[in-house]
Amino acid sequence: MEKAASALETQMLQVNIGPQHPSTHGVFRMNVTLDGETVVRLKPVMGYLHRNHEKIAEGASYLASMPFTDRLDYICSMTNNLGYAIAVEKLAGIEVPERAEYIRVIMAELTRLVNHTLLVGFLLNDLGAFFTPTLYAFREREKILDLFEAASGARMMCNYMRFGGVKNDFPTGFMEKLKEVIANYPRFLDEFERLLTENEILMGRCQNVGILPRKLAVNASVTGPMLRASGVDYDIRKVDGYSIYPRFKFRVPLGTVGDVYDRYYVRILEMRESVKILEQAVKEMPEGEVLSAKAKTGAKSPRTFRPPKGDAYGRIESPKGELGFYLVSDGTPNPYRYHVRPPSFVNLTILEDMCLGLKVADAIIILGSIDIVLGEVDR
Amino acid sequence: METLDQLFVLLKEGILQIAEAFLPSGLLPFVSILVSITAIAIFAPAVMMYLTWLERKVIGRMQNRYGPNRVGKFGLLQPIADGIKMLTKEDIVPAKADRFGHFLAPVAVVVPSLLLFSVLPFGRNMIAADLEIGLLFFLAISSVGTLAIFIGGWGSRNKFSLLGAMRALAQMVSYEVPLVLSIVTVVMMVGSLSTMDIVEAQSGWNGFRWFIFTPWGFFGFLIFFIGSVAEVNRTPFDIPEGESEIVAGFHTEYSGMKFALFYMAEFLGAFAFAALGATLFFGGWQGPFLPSWLWFGLKTFVLVFVIIWLRGTFPRLRVDQLMGYAWKFLLPMALVNILAAGVWYYLSQPLASFASAALLVASYLLLSRLSPTGTRLEKRTYRYAE
Amino acid sequence: MLGPGLLKGMAVTLKQFVESYTKKGSIFTIQYPEERREMPEAFRNFPILVYDEDPENPRCVSCDICAKECPPRCITIVRDRDPNGAGLKKPKVFDIDVSVCMSCGICEEVCPFDAIFMDKDFELSAYDRMESLNFHKEKLLRPNSYFHKIRPTDAARIDANLKAKQEKQAPTPPSGTTT
Repeated sequence: MEKAASALETQMLQVNIGPQHPSTHGVFRMNVTLDGETVVRLKPVMGYLHRNHEKIAEGASYLASMPFTDRLDYICSMTNNLGYAIAVEKLAGIEVPERAEYIRVIMAELTRLVNHTLLVGFLLNDLGAFFTPTLYAFREREKILDLFEAASGARMMCNYMRFGGVKNDFPTGFMEKLKEVIANYPRFLDEFERLLTENEILMGRCQNVGILPRKLAVNASVTGPMLRASGVDYDIRKVDGYSIYPRFKFRVPLGTVGDVYDRYYVRILEMRESVKILEQAVKEMPEGEVLSAKAKTGAKSPRTFRPPKGDAYGRIESPKGELGFYLVSDGTPNPYRYHVRPPSFVNLTILEDMCLGLKVADAIIILGSIDIVLGEVDR
Repeated sequence: METLDQLFVLLKEGILQIAEAFLPSGLLPFVSILVSITAIAIFAPAVMMYLTWLERKVIGRMQNRYGPNRVGKFGLLQPIADGIKMLTKEDIVPAKADRFGHFLAPVAVVVPSLLLFSVLPFGRNMIAADLEIGLLFFLAISSVGTLAIFIGGWGSRNKFSLLGAMRALAQMVSYEVPLVLSIVTVVMMVGSLSTMDIVEAQSGWNGFRWFIFTPWGFFGFLIFFIGSVAEVNRTPFDIPEGESEIVAGFHTEYSGMKFALFYMAEFLGAFAFAALGATLFFGGWQGPFLPSWLWFGLKTFVLVFVIIWLRGTFPRLRVDQLMGYAWKFLLPMALVNILAAGVWYYLSQPLASFASAALLVASYLLLSRLSPTGTRLEKRTYRYAE
Repeated sequence: MLGPGLLKGMAVTLKQFVESYTKKGSIFTIQYPEERREMPEAFRNFPILVYDEDPENPRCVSCDICAKECPPRCITIVRDRDPNGAGLKKPKVFDIDVSVCMSCGICEEVCPFDAIFMDKDFELSAYDRMESLNFHKEKLLRPNSYFHKIRPTDAARIDANLKAKQEKQAPTPPSGTTT
């Protein structure tokens, strides 16, 4: 035990927060050294949920990896599907029909709403609220999950995207429900904000806590809302313009301080932008097929789906940050190498830098504001 | 009406008359005490059980859920099912815990919270012990529970428990001060520490003489209420058991009935402080039409509802903000409040009300400007990149 | 600290509290065993094997594609053989392990014979984890009418496809137990 810097004869307190702890968002462990309540060292320990995702994918056909990607970040299975599909399409050079692109964008933005709403709810739980914001978040998520279920057949493990489109078209009556959800969402966000944004306790707890300087954020290759909260204008939807995002008008909100409050509020603003994208997408959505004929045969018999030799890196702006899939093909039905760049894992690496010198309660909310899902961190 | 109002008092007299027939008259005072104790011993756990039910129901409804509704009609038997569960659960004591301290804490935490009930005037003539120093007794006893919490946290030999116990101690010491100072105003006005006298002093004009309707009473009540929420470890001041940070704080290592006792102490404390708030600032059992004990119950219920409502709404403060809030905001406010009460007393109405209100509002605005939690709150604007 | 933001938040929760009594549909809990959601047609949980008339002759020809493509490899198929040892076009053993199946629906997608489909039944829990969670052929087999009942649109489409296929191969009778 080290001595703490104090006139009194005191000792540091070493505490393991996790792997079983109410607010580590899964099986994550923080090995924290405390001087009283102040964090002097914090070592993140991960890997409890490692399940060999990448190696399994190398032994399975391209299609068979699709349901496994659902389980990376189990809150945003649609965007995981999308990222993987985009990577494989790049590798095999498959075109995606117009309508399928719109469906993909709609699903991806709905996922963003789900993820950000839930994150804010859980962040408030970390702050000590007794589940009220979380359950309001769950209430809204339920409506979106109903949509996912109607379209893909599952609420969370959607397995909906295919190489060259999506599995099936929207069922009848889907668009009406979708429009209703989109129309009601801003009203919910207003209510949510009334409950939270100006709450003095929340402001006191979050402002100027866990500041992530712009430079450090860039150097640590942090991505997603976390990076934007630090004031860096980097959104892959804008930078890469993948899928059909360049067609939509939306803005990228940027934070100024880079603290927990900015990370919270940037996400709220991002949700409002997502609603705008959804409104446009629904309005402009064309008719047509959702899976090109060539891709359909590929999906029907995965053993005949053999991308040419080569490699490809497909990336998207998942709700948590840059989600990338790196694939190497050797011309066989299985990928030779399959690698995931999980945003929460990369964003988690700077946890200690943000927590040092703050109270243990701050460390918890900083972890909450990073937005990790252990399924993705540990793979 | 009179019978209904004095129902419980008459009931006790009836019991005493029956006892008179059998027992020598020397024993009668003891019988009287025994009857009161039995009444409280039955009433307090029932209150605790149905407070848990109420809390779960109210918070459930706030969160768009039903709350307990499986056991009995509206889940009314849920507390009993919970009690059975708690009793049959395994009692785990950590291997290296201080077994005596670990055992002592839950007992020592419940006893004071039961004692609190003895000085509460539940209705006209309904008080177990009308002490001259009732208020002092209440405040003294209510802080004994903190010691038990510290014993439990220390005895568990768990780092989270220790952190929780430390926090509990710091918090209680801090919040005791503004709490007591806010009550001082009431004592100044009434000139007595007896809870019965305080209620009597607010009688007349059908409620308009309750202290809450005076400027110092209003602010005094707010300070008292915040302080008492902190005293009984309820959100947003529940850092000693802050489950998102230190798992369960001082009762991390408690299970089964021992845990239930901690829980019981918390709820009894919440109820007792709500009842004291009703007594001090809302005229206690005073009120028109309804029987006095019903008025008392209603007022207490409203305050308990607010405590639950706070829990359903707010996140919790950080430990240093909590301390800062007590010392930098509540304490000066309480001191100003005493001054305002003096102003109110010595000037003639309506100038008195106006002057003391102005004093309080000005100091409130000034103190809240000084960022009592040590953090500057700012409304931010965000820029967008196209 | 007794600021307007806190009061605003309290107003929100109080409004929800009152609305939960006054406004219908504001409580989103579903009282599960008594109340049930209506599942959308696309809902999938666990595969079933479909037969047309005779449970002895399911559509499945034990081609093993689903077993190979199943991501968690939860399907076991053994081809049936006649007394002479020649392979029959039907499975002898068709086991799916519920505890391994992850409800992805890939078996349904890859099946060239439209024999395996995802069912909507999700109440599959059992008291032991080995045998009662390993579903055998007998338990998996369902008539086409059942499939029509759970997923009418899909079933109609599949039936039309099958009919078109049969008409293409016109004269030959539907093959089931051909050797």
